[in-house]
Amino acid sequence: MSWLLPLLVAVPLLGAALTAATDHVLPRHVKDLIGIAAAGTTCAFGILVMLRSEQGDVVHWFGGWHPHGGVALGIDFVADPLSAALAALVGGIVLVALVFSWAYLEEAALLFDTLMLVCCAAMCGFALSGDLFNMFVWLELMGVAAYALTGFEVKEIGPLQGAVNFAIVNGIGGYLIVIGIALAYARTGALNLAQIGVTLTTGGGRGLVVVAMTLVVCGFLCKAAVVPFHLWLADAYAVAPAPVCAVFAAVMTDIGLLGVARVYWTVFSHPFAAHAPAVGDVLLALGIATALLGGVMAFLQRHLKRMLAYSVTCHIGIMLAGIGLLVPAGLAGTADLLLAHALLVAGLFLATGVLLALLRSVDELQLYGKGRRVRWLAALWFGAALGLAGPPYVGVWAGHALIDEAASGRPWIPPLLWIAGALASASLLRAGVRVFLGRGAERDPLLSPEMREQPPGRGTRLAILAPATAVTVVLGLLVSVVPGLTQRTEEAAARFSDRAAYASLVLRGAAAPHTAPLPFALEPTSLESVLYGIGAVLLAAALAAFGLRRPQLGGIPLLVAPARAVKAVHSGVIGDYVMWLTVGTAVIGGIWAVALR
Amino acid sequence: MSYAPYAVAAWICVVGLYGIVTSRNLIHLGVCLTVTQSSTYVLLLAVGYVHNGGPPIFTGVPPGTRAVDPVVQALTLTDIVVSVTVLALILALALDVHRHAGTIDPDEIAELHG
Repeated sequence: MSWLLPLLVAVPLLGAALTAATDHVLPRHVKDLIGIAAAGTTCAFGILVMLRSEQGDVVHWFGGWHPHGGVALGIDFVADPLSAALAALVGGIVLVALVFSWAYLEEAALLFDTLMLVCCAAMCGFALSGDLFNMFVWLELMGVAAYALTGFEVKEIGPLQGAVNFAIVNGIGGYLIVIGIALAYARTGALNLAQIGVTLTTGGGRGLVVVAMTLVVCGFLCKAAVVPFHLWLADAYAVAPAPVCAVFAAVMTDIGLLGVARVYWTVFSHPFAAHAPAVGDVLLALGIATALLGGVMAFLQRHLKRMLAYSVTCHIGIMLAGIGLLVPAGLAGTADLLLAHALLVAGLFLATGVLLALLRSVDELQLYGKGRRVRWLAALWFGAALGLAGPPYVGVWAGHALIDEAASGRPWIPPLLWIAGALASASLLRAGVRVFLGRGAERDPLLSPEMREQPPGRGTRLAILAPATAVTVVLGLLVSVVPGLTQRTEEAAARFSDRAAYASLVLRGAAAPHTAPLPFALEPTSLESVLYGIGAVLLAAALAAFGLRRPQLGGIPLLVAPARAVKAVHSGVIGDYVMWLTVGTAVIGGIWAVALR
Repeated sequence: MSYAPYAVAAWICVVGLYGIVTSRNLIHLGVCLTVTQSSTYVLLLAVGYVHNGGPPIFTGVPPGTRAVDPVVQALTLTDIVVSVTVLALILALALDVHRHAGTIDPDEIAELHG
């Protein structure tokens, strides 16, 4: 079975090579079909690997370079259920995006399919990689394809600014990771995650390890767009074409979080075991700050894609908080939330694509009341927006509930996370009411006007766009009621966070003890999570109503001044972003240097 | 082993970041990015350096000859390839920015904000 793992990367890369080589030869539809077939195959293989890895992680050593005597020289892929599921999700989302863009982007964009497939392969490679340096290489490969996809619509200046900011911040993030890797290598002489982890169980050099962890984690947090590294995200995601945004928002951002979780549990969990709360609390605080700031910023947007971009930031924060709790239940909650959020937010981005195609705009106020006749889209929009708040048994609820469970010792955490999610959801509901129902104030000076986006040509085929959007949203809404999903993610998360078992599997080939098959049932849930879910929906509705009425209520200086100040920080100037990045890294490193001594 | 190479690496990294933060020109910014990247080469090579070690070529030398670490050299090469790709893309974007906005000052193209 382990031979399937390289195929998860090889198939999309071969598809990319084929579409690139035949770029001027084959008609566009054939190339699109190659892309769709490659992404579909990746998704199917990902699901196969995931099902197989439920009985035990699958390891593949490239070129047969197996470890000898517990020392690994070769390079490996390791598929555990969580990483295989992420690879399958990547394949699935890229598949939907390619189907959507087939009907959406009229002109045959130069190498569009190629770039999407390279991005897909790189994300799968990152998810499966068991080697720290290879993680960096996959990350950069994904980045380069993504920068090109962002700046790909070069009729306006906006996409160029977005792509430049994206490329520079993530480029620097990549260098932080390389420096971290070099320091880890200097201390351990190893690049394999399991090997580094084992070597770090003995010996000193603690200061060096703290710096290495800071740099690697901050590098991944740049990719995941966590405060204060998040500033590039809205610029990039607001300007890329809708199907590209769907891929970025659904899976590419989350890849950074997988990186943080992976390096923490395989490498750094042992040396800092005595100080684990200090590591976790920093991640938790960053997560909560990101979630709240993302929610507030989403509420202050009128450009729908920029609003969605900040809602992604908000949910990334919630997911990071789940990881920061450093218990398997929190990680499982993050995984469930990631799945539901990926599908819902991809559906919402595709919906903005449909809006742009049908109504020629993605601006909440310009579209005021114009969406009345597109009832099906309204239903999907409101459904997805509510699903992101997490009413009981809908959308992101199951993930939230698991995080609540993991945070049971600290009862102040769950409400903050639910409120943040409600803020993001409220802004989407407010926009939905304005666009699809034509209610509420027609002007709001607090929401800044944004650049226009060139609509796609008239040749879009709604018969393909509508089902693609609908399927994605409906699947996202159903995630919380999949029987047995919660138990399986919890089991997978427990295995993911077991450093010793991972090391002995990778380095000694010792299979984990076989676990009893898990039931296919919904897990009994706590009353609190049900109440939180209901509360989040009510809060989202109330905030949306407030947002619609706010201009008539007149300026509330107590709220307007901070709102303007927060917006001013998101200046769009790359120098500021890099300044925040540098200061953020220094502060995080400083805290850890003091706390982890 | 001297600490000097590590100090040099840190210095190059900080100088590059300073250049990026204060840059008013996208080409200059790309070059500063490369400067930051160069610090990783210095660091990697310093990590793999062995005092009195020869090049890591093992044909025609007796086994056990001291040599510097070849792994970090491979990492450095990969690192260079990756960074060149990123730099090429940023320069291409800078060209496009100039074509559309008539300027390559990153502050002047900040159309998206807030």
